[in-house]
Amino acid sequence: MSTVASQTDQDKQAFWQQLQSFVGKEIGPPQPAPDEVNIPMIRHWCEAIGDNNPIYLDAAAAEASIHQQIVAPPTMLQAWVMAGIKPRVVSGASPYEEMNQLLFSHNFTSVVATNCEQTYDRYLHPGDKLSMTTTIDSISPEKTTALGTGHFITTRQDYFDQNNQRVGSMLFRIIRFRPAARKETAPDAVRPRPATTHDNSWWFDGLQNAKLFIQRCTKCQALRFPPGPVCPTCVSMDWEPVEAVGTGTIHSFVITHYPQVPGLEYPLPVLLIDLDEGVRMVMNPIDTDIADLAIGKKVDIVLRATDDELTLPFAKVHK
Amino acid sequence: MTLLSLTISDVTIGQELPPLDIVLTRTLITATAIASRDYQEVHHDPSIAVERGSQDIIMNILTTNGFVGRYITDWAGPNAFIKSVKVRLGVPNYPGETMKMRGKITATSGNDVTVVVTGSNSMGDHVTATVEIVLP
Repeated sequence: MSTVASQTDQDKQAFWQQLQSFVGKEIGPPQPAPDEVNIPMIRHWCEAIGDNNPIYLDAAAAEASIHQQIVAPPTMLQAWVMAGIKPRVVSGASPYEEMNQLLFSHNFTSVVATNCEQTYDRYLHPGDKLSMTTTIDSISPEKTTALGTGHFITTRQDYFDQNNQRVGSMLFRIIRFRPAARKETAPDAVRPRPATTHDNSWWFDGLQNAKLFIQRCTKCQALRFPPGPVCPTCVSMDWEPVEAVGTGTIHSFVITHYPQVPGLEYPLPVLLIDLDEGVRMVMNPIDTDIADLAIGKKVDIVLRATDDELTLPFAKVHK
Repeated sequence: MTLLSLTISDVTIGQELPPLDIVLTRTLITATAIASRDYQEVHHDPSIAVERGSQDIIMNILTTNGFVGRYITDWAGPNAFIKSVKVRLGVPNYPGETMKMRGKITATSGNDVTVVVTGSNSMGDHVTATVEIVLP
């Protein structure tokens, strides 16, 4: 057994080293923009996006602005160098293609873009003629996300003007992954119902009305969760609901893979959240990458209907 | 000619930007893809998009960047200098959805202002962006 395991570890190590060898490589020769920065393309962009900032098309307004002349929308940066309808012909083997083939051979066959970070050194003017270089910036170790298991690949595009001065750059991150195994749950399975009693149903009713409550003892003022009839601090049975602000911190978490319960998606992170009021609740994350989970991270509590009859709190983890 | 534009004295940390709701029509998603020279079929051809596992055509990333840029200057005006737009992508933007754009100032330093922008639709956040601008 141990021999097999170490063989697998060696394979993984070799694959990882092969992958890392691509980091820092330029993908190919600089790609020239097919056209200079120009008013017609700016107009098409601004019309389609509905961008009425006058510095892009109104010469008088542009002159009166900090730019003192017409400029292109900065977020158009990438558009100037797009290949267009015909795919770009790449001569010879590109390190990017070789890297993709290596990933493909290890069954990392799917791809989704996750981040795009543009930095602008200066705004562009009509007449600027750009070219772009692309470098493989970084490759992450194997990560498991809701999509599946894979590697985050970050490429870096640098944009240069006709004087070979850099005008902007872009980090573009994708994940190449093995799609997660097909869900074992029936497509119409709903999330399991909570076990409600006379003592806690008011709390779930609150969620249905978009309110996250904490129970407060009216005698000693202690806050408590989960809901119950008796104050664990002073044993008073008098209490009132107070609405939580909806912010907290990850106290701890686990990522469950098995057993899989119908109506839930796996891998399923389960978080212990310390609400800022001081009580602790169990919940799942929402709109959060598993890679971003960490003890101590701040969260916003989001109330989301999982179906017509059930609304639950979820933790949206700060990046 | 004088342009209405925010200055650094107009902003404070925690300030929220006016909301902007973008109705996502098929025309908008296609027109923005083509305006950004992005001819990938998933941005204009519904049958190919479905074949590739999508529910419908989807907004392209260049357009997402474009809307973040527009949202910032719709609020801050023509003298806001955008230094960087860092976008994290979430659920796709399909036709028929509405992208609700919201923003909040999270930091200021000298004339530099950091704004966090979200664009969400009925499925969750399509985009979470951190935008750095300089105000006069």
